[in-house]
Amino acid sequence: MIKKKAFSGGVHPHDGKELTNTKNIKIAPLMKEYAVSLSQHIGAPAKAIVKVGDTVLKGQKIAEANGFVSVPIHAPTSGTIISKNKKTSAGGRMEGGVDSVIGPTGALVPMLTISADGEDTPCNDLEPILSWQDCKPEDLKQRVLDAGIVGMGGAAFPTHVKLSPPPSQNIDTLVINASECEPYLSADHRQMLEDTKGIIEGILIIKSILGIQKVCIGIESNKPDAIKAMQEESRKHNIVVTALPTMYPQGSEKQLIYAITGRKVPMGKLPMETGCVVQNIGTAFAIYEAVVKGKPLYERITTITGSPIVNPSNWRLRVGTSLADALTLAEGVKNPDDIGKVILGGPMMGMAQFSLDVPIMKNTSGILLLNKQEVTLYTSGPCIRCGSCINVCPQSLMPSTMGVQIEKERFELAEETNIMNCIECGCCSYVCPSHRPLVQLFRRGKSEIQANNRKKKV
Amino acid sequence: MIAPLLFMAGIGLLLGITIALANIFFSVKTDPRIEEVEDMLPGANCGGCGFAGCNAFAKAVVLDAVEPQKCPVCSKEEAENIASHMGMSVEFDTPYVALVKCCGDNSDSPERALYNGVTDCSAALLVAGATKSCQHGCLGMATCARACPFNAIEIDEKRHIAIVHPELCVGCGKCVSVCPRNLIDMVPKSAPVHILCSSPEKAVLQKKACSKGCIGCRKCSKLDPESIKMDGFLAVMDYDNYSTNTEIIDVCPVHCIYPSLEEK
Repeated sequence: MIKKKAFSGGVHPHDGKELTNTKNIKIAPLMKEYAVSLSQHIGAPAKAIVKVGDTVLKGQKIAEANGFVSVPIHAPTSGTIISKNKKTSAGGRMEGGVDSVIGPTGALVPMLTISADGEDTPCNDLEPILSWQDCKPEDLKQRVLDAGIVGMGGAAFPTHVKLSPPPSQNIDTLVINASECEPYLSADHRQMLEDTKGIIEGILIIKSILGIQKVCIGIESNKPDAIKAMQEESRKHNIVVTALPTMYPQGSEKQLIYAITGRKVPMGKLPMETGCVVQNIGTAFAIYEAVVKGKPLYERITTITGSPIVNPSNWRLRVGTSLADALTLAEGVKNPDDIGKVILGGPMMGMAQFSLDVPIMKNTSGILLLNKQEVTLYTSGPCIRCGSCINVCPQSLMPSTMGVQIEKERFELAEETNIMNCIECGCCSYVCPSHRPLVQLFRRGKSEIQANNRKKKV
Repeated sequence: MIAPLLFMAGIGLLLGITIALANIFFSVKTDPRIEEVEDMLPGANCGGCGFAGCNAFAKAVVLDAVEPQKCPVCSKEEAENIASHMGMSVEFDTPYVALVKCCGDNSDSPERALYNGVTDCSAALLVAGATKSCQHGCLGMATCARACPFNAIEIDEKRHIAIVHPELCVGCGKCVSVCPRNLIDMVPKSAPVHILCSSPEKAVLQKKACSKGCIGCRKCSKLDPESIKMDGFLAVMDYDNYSTNTEIIDVCPVHCIYPSLEEK
């Protein structure tokens, strides 16, 4: 049964998905070097347990979780740990025996560089659990942590934390996020078509960890083939597939929960409050591989796309592949002088990059290149109070008012206008006829307010 | 005709008497000197003295005998005037000025990418740590200049760097806390030489990031070991015991030591 449900607001930018959504996922060949960041997730960076000169095997744990909200990191291939310290551009240094190199956020992050030996010898630390149905939820949850699984949709929040709701919280629904609302990306779409069985098994594992019955998969209606494939497979397991209107940001947790269950996440609360746990389709597949195949998370599906790319395509890339290496897989760029921007992720929420040395992370769903014409630089003007941003805000906020408040540094007023509820989706900046950098203003306001609140606590 | 006039006059008289009585019974005794001192202050209301404004400062001067020269905006004569009015004696501290400890403009430390966002240092830092190659240098987006009540900080629009004009700076220190990279320090106005770099990076990385960054060669600290201390790979001037040796300007191989604040 196909239902049509929606949240209020949102935009539908040109999605560019036709570049890659018919192309099969290809497996990337072995690279010479992998730079594995130890800070690939939200929370404390992992602690390195190997040092420069050590040899490691594929899938071997090279860094351990450092606290509850943290996950271990595994080697993407077999080889030797080398120091890249001297080779990096501005800012690299050695800290506590681990290289510190500029990561995708522009800040220095600890990184272990592996020089591949070409053998790709696997390490069998994690035993496959074939009869997971007989396993205790705790053991499965431990496996999710041991395999270093994080939210693959973009936020990279450690999955085992999300699968451990407090006992007081009554969870009744598992929502699987397959909307892939970011323009240009087609990694989830292709994975649904090619790894359907694995995804469904992953969903069943999550279901047994949480001990719940109701599962909904939300897919945007612009992927009819994926909806059909998922429906055929999920029918046997009593899983509902819901077709959602094609509208950005459909894949945002709060918007997705509302579209599927009609429940609203209360202000300032976690989505868990509504009794829903949301997991990405890629995460479900990673959980399947971790449990059934005993394979830790060291590779993911990434879309390499954009108009300057010769052969836009979907790839199964290992974590730590540099952007430069990844671009050669897609046969490089048409005209190196006509590249306006290199973005990790999608065009709405992705991060623009300074250099091609930056490695792929567990949450890199896409590498997007835009040409100079596509990144026309605008000069921003004053707010003309047209209200377009208010119409499109999926969180029903008033971006126009908040923008002016932050510009005038009236942070306490902005807090009263509920700026902390902003999900930074960028719809307001996208529609603003005055080209105001609203999301950047909100990010500044939010960071100032958080700093002030921390001060107040002290 | 006469009745309404009398009526209005009556009401006026009644209210007048009430106000007069209220003035007698509810009057708050204030020291008239507070207002006098406040009138004598420059009235910038900057908060540089550490009090909540000029009125609070005047109160402190009159009631708690706070020295009038604690107002950073007061000229010498103004402070002396207030002191003599109050019957105090004045001893002047060394005047302080703001110092932006960075001299690398965008030709020394090139931009890594094109930035098209909000012109504000704190906001720019949120976008991948800002576009300046040096991770410790001045971004030149006028966050400090906007915080300055005296227009003493100028932003060179072409070079993207903040320049303090010491003759305008009164040393209120408002700019110190707003700089997201903590580059601004209050230093004695009389100090003749300044080290204008805050980057602790090693020479090899510093050279890549900025041609004017301190590389930690220690040449200056060898000439004047008393006042210039090494903090890792960065030479730091101790302003409690500052150097007056202008030779250190010429020994610096990267030219990040400057005689005055305006010439950088």
